[in-house]
Parts: sequence; structure tokens; C-alpha cells
Amino acid sequence: MSEIALEAHHLYKVFGRSPQHAVKRLKAGETRTDVLDAGTAAVIDASFTVNRGEIFVIMGLSGSGKSTIIRMLNGLHDITDGEVIIGGDDIAKAPPAALREIRRERVSMVFQHFALLPHRTVAANVAYPLELKGVGKTERLRKAEEILSLVGLEGWGDKLPSELSGGMQQRVGIARALAADTDILLMDEAFSALDPLIRREMQEQLVELQAKLQKTIVFITHDLNEAMFLGDRIAVMRDGRIVQIGTPEDILTDPANDYVEQFVQDVDRARVLTAANVMERPRPVVPDTAGPRTALRQMRDSYMSATYVVGRDRQLVGMVTDRDAVKLVRKGESSLASILKPVPQSVDENEVLMNLFIPSVESPLPLAVTDAEGRLTGVIPRVTLLAALGPGPGATGELTLPLNPMPQAVIDEVLAEAQDAVDAASAVATPSADSAEEGR
Amino acid sequence: MDGFRIPLGDWVETGLNWLLDNLEGLFTFVSTVIGALVDGLSTALIETPFPATIAIFALIAWLLRSWKLAVGTILSFVFILALDLWTPAMQTLALVIVAAAIAVLIAVPLGIWSARNDRVRATLKPVLDFMQTMPAFVYLIPAIMFFGIGVVPGVVATVIFALPPGVRLTELGIRGVDSETVEAGHAFGATPGQILRGVQLPLALPTIMAGINQLIMLALSMAVIAGMAGADGLGKLVVQGISSMDIALGVEAGLGIVLIAVFLDRCTAALAEPSPSSLFGILERRRQDRRRQEAAEATASAPGLVTA
Repeated sequence: MSEIALEAHHLYKVFGRSPQHAVKRLKAGETRTDVLDAGTAAVIDASFTVNRGEIFVIMGLSGSGKSTIIRMLNGLHDITDGEVIIGGDDIAKAPPAALREIRRERVSMVFQHFALLPHRTVAANVAYPLELKGVGKTERLRKAEEILSLVGLEGWGDKLPSELSGGMQQRVGIARALAADTDILLMDEAFSALDPLIRREMQEQLVELQAKLQKTIVFITHDLNEAMFLGDRIAVMRDGRIVQIGTPEDILTDPANDYVEQFVQDVDRARVLTAANVMERPRPVVPDTAGPRTALRQMRDSYMSATYVVGRDRQLVGMVTDRDAVKLVRKGESSLASILKPVPQSVDENEVLMNLFIPSVESPLPLAVTDAEGRLTGVIPRVTLLAALGPGPGATGELTLPLNPMPQAVIDEVLAEAQDAVDAASAVATPSADSAEEGR
Repeated sequence: MDGFRIPLGDWVETGLNWLLDNLEGLFTFVSTVIGALVDGLSTALIETPFPATIAIFALIAWLLRSWKLAVGTILSFVFILALDLWTPAMQTLALVIVAAAIAVLIAVPLGIWSARNDRVRATLKPVLDFMQTMPAFVYLIPAIMFFGIGVVPGVVATVIFALPPGVRLTELGIRGVDSETVEAGHAFGATPGQILRGVQLPLALPTIMAGINQLIMLALSMAVIAGMAGADGLGKLVVQGISSMDIALGVEAGLGIVLIAVFLDRCTAALAEPSPSSLFGILERRRQDRRRQEAAEATASAPGLVTA
């Protein structure tokens, strides 16, 4: 099995009087408006590959050609020029019978307005693809029940689609596509007709299902937030052309052109970017085998009032504060174990920024980020979290603090020299290390 | 323009004469079949004791619509009986049923064809317009030429006159099926035939049924004209009433046609929109309730599965 589930090479789709002629002119460099007299170019020179098991989102506004493209992938629209390769077969060249075979066995589809058969029960709708495959009645109804419970609709099989809410109808639509048991699932604005709350729920359910089933999904949407939430990779379309393909983070942090940049301005970055996207190298970090002197030295060098302590394999084991370390040094102890405090807040690196604000406020140190094994992979200072929410590519890069407080020793020296300064003035001018750190 | 005139009527007549000379076998065959169908059906309707016939009509009305229509049907036909119009009424009913059946058999496939093919649609449209606007009497002339006086030309003229709404509404119904639903059929690999049977026809059924209802009503409205061609039945009585200025006969026969029309219309309209108060509807509901009850009992007996 190859890793690539679906390839599209230089796809063109022109509706109108002389499509082939229009394609020739488009290839020669004419624009979409130039060739209007020959036909309406819905898709122009679109190439992409979809990997096995990924959710590939094609995003664009209405009229950008995204619905046309998805219908070319299973031959509902014939391809004016270019090729679509699914499992080694070119959809464009497949004769009708072979095309039906491909649709039955390899590619299924979920529709924007559900497209259920209103005269059939929910179970019979789900069983429809199996019926077309020639599966016997009892067998296909048993399978339908099984799949209905997978999408959370057990016991609804006897109802008619009209008795179900929109969200439930679309679950039937998804169940029907799953019943076909194809590797590839095409979803055409599958959640666009649903209420925002239901939409959110369905998106989460799709992600859950996908974790279980590992299908290859091509998902069409005009909603960038949806694209960012679902997509492993996103293709942004404009006026029939694909203008950028990349991961959600790529699109957000490195937009290919002004159009994409404008587009992503409205994205709720807090729901797209994850801790791993914005975290910085943890500094300072003390191994649990080190003594209080090492810890204190590290904290001094990085102007921190506390530090994370990691065990073997960078497992996050706790934190120590400078005050405790100073006491320990004075006592002459050599192990940090007695002053080790548990870390009050740490977050998983896949957590979206939205869920980092409260932990960040509650954390005395820059928020610790850990991976699935509990290893400390980075930290997120509060300023970084703030900066990541702003637009622009630089926002998620490593941040240099514009002003570091001067070493206290230097300040003390200067103050000592200025004998005539009043006591109150020195109290204001000397920032404590604690308050400086909390400001970060 | 003096003396100049396009002899269109003559040309048509010549053409029809040619057809008559060369396709005589076909016309004889059609004539025999239609004649046999109408005669058979009307004989059956007349020979059956009238209480049984009325009971069957009432049962049909109840099955399709409601017990109220069943009662109305009994009253209507008893009234027809009381007017001593039973035999002509049954003859008219037989003629209408046969003509409507033939028209449906032609109209529905034509409608499907024209829904699937734009060229057929473009060709059919003016032909249908022509058929619908041409005064119905005109069809009688060639029909009588081809099939002689009697019931057959009446049926043929009726078929031609009643055909258009059947074709039009079938086409409209199929074209009106939600395109996404049809796409869904394609997307799961259905053949064109499977899409027609599994998606388009079932979803277009209410519209097609409305077309058939219209077709039957038009067929009935032709009953009088069929009477002019010599077909036995209420139409013939109306024509007699007109020619002899017999108001009593005309009114009675006309009323008979109206009563049959109401019966046929209410029954076939229920085909388009199944009524919940019909016997079919009641039986269907009972079956569903029983199934639901069984399902509820099944889940109640296996409480562990309820939470699943």
C-alpha cells in the first residue's frame, strides 16, 4: 500500500461551449476572465496529493471551485483536463462501469444537505451503498445497525430521515459513507448546513471517528476555523486555483500571499495554534541530581526566581524556588529533594492556546509544556502567549525580551555611590527579582 | 391573395388516407385490442351484481382515502342506479379506465425519457402543446376514419387528449428531484437504472401521481366527445339530449358524469398524497406501533444494552 491515497495532477474544469479551447488558452497563460467567451473556468491547474489516513481540507469562498474539484475526484463532474489517480486508476479515463466500481469500492461521499433518501428508513439509507454492492438484506441491515451505533444513532434505524434533526441526519449521511467501507471519504461542506453548536460537536465527533477509523478524508469547507480544526493539511483556493497547501500552522504563520493572509486574519488563533507551536526552550532547567548551588546559579543567570527540575529522560519532577535554594545552601545541604515542590500547572503540547490562559495565569513560572510521556519539552511565558494571538508571521517565533533587569549587584553599587539619595527612592528603583519574573 | 390558399387540410387528408391504405393491419389490430378491453371491462362491470360493484368501489375509496369518501361513493352510485343510468355509467367508466390506463402507459415512459434527454424534451414540448390546444373534436375525424364508428375512436381520441399532463408532470417530477440526492446515487456507484428506480421515481411519485390524476380527469371530460363518435355510455346520452333538446336526459346523464368524476378524482388524488385516515394509512400505523412495541420490549428485556 502506498502512502499516497489520491493524486490530482493539473486539473482543469471548464463549463461552457468550448472547454478544451479554454484550457489551451489558460495553459498559455490567459486569465480566467480572458477565457470567459469560451467557458467558465471553475478549476484551473490544481495539483495536490492526499496521503493515506489524513484529513485534507480544501478551503475557499463560494465560487472558488472547491465543490467542483471534489466532484471531479469521484467523477461526478467529468474532468476537462488533467488526471485524478486513485489506487493507480485515472478517474478521467475510466469507462462508466469502471467508474461505478471505483465509487462502490474506493470513494464515498457525504453531502452538504445530507442527500438522504426520504422514503427510506435511516437503516435502509445507511445500507444503500451495501445494497448497490449486492450485499444481502439481513447482512446489510445488521451492518447498518453496527455503523449507526458507531456514529451514536443506535435505535434510530426504524425512523425516517425527516424525523431526525439536522445534525442527526448528517450523522446518517456519514454512516452511509462509512457503510460503503471505502478508504477515501469525500465530504462536501458536510457541516455547513448545521447550527454552530451542532457543527462544533460534529467536528469533534469526526476527529474522534477519524482517530478510530483512519480513513483518508477530503473535506471541503468555506469556514477557515473548521479547516484549521479538522485539517492535517489545507489547500486554500481562490478563483479556481489552489494558492497554498500546507498544515494549519503553515497557513497561519506563513501565508503564501496577501489573499491568504487576509483570509487568516479572522481565524481564532487561540483555537488553532497549540502549545507546541508557540513554546520556547525551557530555561533554566536543573537535573534532579544537581545540588542547590547549581540551581541557584542557573536561576541567577537567567533572572528567574524559580526553576523546573527534571529527572532522567527530561521527566518533569518538580520545581524549586530561589529562596528555598538559598536556605539550603546556607544549611550546607547538597540535595534538592527536600525543597522540591510539585509543579502546579503543566500542559500537554497538543493543547490549543485557548486552554492555556488559565493555567498560565495560575503558574508561578512560565507554563511548563510536556509531551505524552511527561517529558518537559518547552515553556510558554505569558508574553509569548499574548504575542501568539496577534496576526503576522513573527508572532510565534522566539521572543527576545526588550529589557532585562540589570544585575542587582550593579544597581546596589550605583545606589551605594549616590549617598545623598533618599531611602524611598532606592526602594522604588530596585526591582525585586520576583516581581520582574512575574511580569514576564 | 385572390384564389390562393394553402391546401393544408387536403395534404393532411391525403397523408391520412395513405396511412389508412398502408397500415390497415395495424389499425385493425389496435381496434380489436381496445374494443375487446373496453367491452370486456364494461361487461364485467355490468354483469357483476350492482351491490358487489358498489361495495368494491366503496372499499377502494376507503383504502385510498377515508371512510367518509366510501360513504359518499355508495350514495353516488346508488343515486346513479336510481336514475336508471347504471349501464351507461359503467360503460363510461370502462372507457375512461381503459383510455387512462393506455395513456399512463404511454405518458410515464415518455416523461421519463424527456426528463433524461434534453433533445427529446425540446421535440416533445411543441407536440404536447399541439395535442393540448387542438380542439378535441378534431381528433375524432381521423380516429373515426381509422377505426370506424364506436368505442375505439372515442378511446383513441381520449388517449391523445389526456396524454400531455401525464408526460409533463412526470418529466417535471423527475427533473425536480433534488440534484444532490441523485448525485448521492451516482456517488455510491448506482447504475442509471438503479437511480431511476431507487431515487428518481420514488421521489417524483407525488408529482407523477398528480399528473395521472389530471390525466384521468381529462379522460373523463372526453366522455361526451367519445359519445359523439358513437361510444356507448353517459356521453352518448348527453349527445342525444343535445340533439333532441331533451333537458331532462342531458341533466341526468351530465350529473352521472360529475359523480363518477368526483369519485375518480378523490381516489386518484389520494394516490399523490396518501391520507392518514385511509385504511392503508391506518393499517400502516398499526404495523409501526406493533413494531415499536416489540422493539421496546426487546430493549426492556435486555436492560444492559439500553445504555450502549
